[in-house]
Amino acid sequence: MSEEKYLLEVEHLKQYFPVKEGFSKVPLKAVDDVSFAIKPGETLGLVGESGCGKTTVGRTLLRLYQPTAGRITFDGEVLFDSEKKIDVDMQLYRKKMQMVFQDPYSSLDPRMTVEDIIGEPLDVHKLYSSKAERRDKILSLMETVGLNAEHAMRYAHEFSGGQRQRIGIARALAVNPKFIVCDEPVSALDVSIQAQVVNMFEELQEKLGIAYLFIAHDLLVVRHISDRIAVMYLGHIMEIADSDELNENPIHPYTHSLLSAVPIPDPNIARQSKRIILEGDVPSPLKMPSGCPFRTRCPYAQEDCAKVMPALKEVSPGHSVACHHIEDISRIKKGVLLN
Amino acid sequence: MEDKKYILEVNDLHTSFFTDAGEVNAVNGVSFKLEPGKTLGIVGESGSGKSVTSYSIMQILAQTGRITGGEVLYKGQDITKYSEKEMQKFRGSKCSIIFQDPMTSLNPVFTVGYQLEEAIMLHTNKTRAQAKERAIELLSLVGVNDPEKRLKQYPHEHSGGMRQRDMIAMALACEPDILIADEPTTALDVTIQAQILELMQKLQKKLGMAIIMVTHDLGVIASMCDEIIVMYGGRVCERGTADDIFYAPAHEYTKGLLRSIPRVENMNQKLVPIGGTPINLLNMPKGCAFCPRCDEAMKICLSEVPDELRISDSHLASCWMNVKELFESNKEA
Repeated sequence: MSEEKYLLEVEHLKQYFPVKEGFSKVPLKAVDDVSFAIKPGETLGLVGESGCGKTTVGRTLLRLYQPTAGRITFDGEVLFDSEKKIDVDMQLYRKKMQMVFQDPYSSLDPRMTVEDIIGEPLDVHKLYSSKAERRDKILSLMETVGLNAEHAMRYAHEFSGGQRQRIGIARALAVNPKFIVCDEPVSALDVSIQAQVVNMFEELQEKLGIAYLFIAHDLLVVRHISDRIAVMYLGHIMEIADSDELNENPIHPYTHSLLSAVPIPDPNIARQSKRIILEGDVPSPLKMPSGCPFRTRCPYAQEDCAKVMPALKEVSPGHSVACHHIEDISRIKKGVLLN
Repeated sequence: MEDKKYILEVNDLHTSFFTDAGEVNAVNGVSFKLEPGKTLGIVGESGSGKSVTSYSIMQILAQTGRITGGEVLYKGQDITKYSEKEMQKFRGSKCSIIFQDPMTSLNPVFTVGYQLEEAIMLHTNKTRAQAKERAIELLSLVGVNDPEKRLKQYPHEHSGGMRQRDMIAMALACEPDILIADEPTTALDVTIQAQILELMQKLQKKLGMAIIMVTHDLGVIASMCDEIIVMYGGRVCERGTADDIFYAPAHEYTKGLLRSIPRVENMNQKLVPIGGTPINLLNMPKGCAFCPRCDEAMKICLSEVPDELRISDSHLASCWMNVKELFESNKEA
């Protein structure tokens, strides 16, 4: 029953990059055994610190990288399966899945006019029969994202950051996709402009029913836009739950510290809340700790954490956590509250 | 007597950049006062002049930039009149700055230890051996593990958070009275950001220095600052305590800014963005800088720059809306 509902299913996805170390090549495990699913018209937020593999997940889905192992199903069709050796031609499927990039300055060709930038996917997929139709399509796309028709003949450098991001979004929308990977689409923008772009993503979703994988490190923005949120750490998903559930009832110690580290723009809350400060830095993905990757910074780590990587377990409907000591931690926390 | 109370006073500061396209007034009459041991936050989006204000205090503007008016008083002395030699003594020993990008503010071809010792020896009479001791002391103060080993490493061997710690250690080398932090955590991850902010608060308590926190992140401001200045288009549009700014904003820009960021209360509502695009400093409006984007703009906003109006003891805002309200309430009375 649930199998049918998902637009995109990712199972045990692995993405290793070979890195030279001396004479030998060692794998850098950017994404290690990640599974999740996205329903049509839903937004899944993906958060984590830099280097945790969240961007790699997005790029691997669109097959900008060749996955090392795993299975990707999109819209009922298997796009990649390392066991059954299925590997389809992605060109067809990029009509249905697109990407919006982080940096609106480097993701637009400076030598192309806005019309050509937005028209390129139409050209590639031959989505028009006449020149007039191409132009009409481009103009209606520009209107959708709030750009004026007279902007069509301009070049990317003539626009501000927020407007450039709109051009990038119009380009992604050109093929009428069902799914867009948004890789930090607002983090390069000014605070006052971020809201404009976030609102536009939400409006487009309501109107066109597009599903998003929304990758960002700004937890408040992610919480605002997402239906569900997945928390990544060093290539693994640590916790995945509904947006409100994750924020109000985080279980994994990493999620806890991540949420408490977010500076809340409200002085009273900021004064009361106690930050859980994590010691040290994220370990290098080349020297991944054995077992649970978070154990080196985890305040609750015990011996068995070093042995096996905990699997994602469902603790309540729709809320899964990868931690060996969920019960112990919740008991300790209750104890803290009672004291 | 009054002057003694403040460690730094900035009065009507004007800074311009003379570019090929014309004079750009990046800072347009900014004034503020800083008490010892307090934290002042300067918020604004890019182009609001918040960084240029801090660079003007340190006089480290780009070559085309110049302070064109106003004064910066450090303990009552106008440092804009200082010679370059006097300024060199001032920078680092009285007032230090840390930058946004710890990747580019350390020299990649020298070890961290060498750069730290250089800063110490420049301002004191210490020998290199003594400076090294002090460097080790400083690194352990900012929470770098195994400082002796870390001193011998090059910046690229340190992580982002550690490099920002190196920078803070360097800034604190001579125990300055004022620390200017220009977006100190923008390039860092949230968990590392929390570490650095905590460290800055701890060091402030320990050393009693004043901090000027320049950032666009309202969350950082809310948790760190005693007093806040909101800047737009090179002018101060509102100033007050954290409670004033966040709970009783009086300038339309501040109100819009608070409406446009996701907060706990508006999680399930639509954000209300500020329309339009950030200001182009080459083409400043005649009146209030914010009026082209302001929903409440009136006729007077287009032609005249509003003066600061006192709203409470600690709270001032320069917005014609407040003048209008005051006028209307007076009329009723």
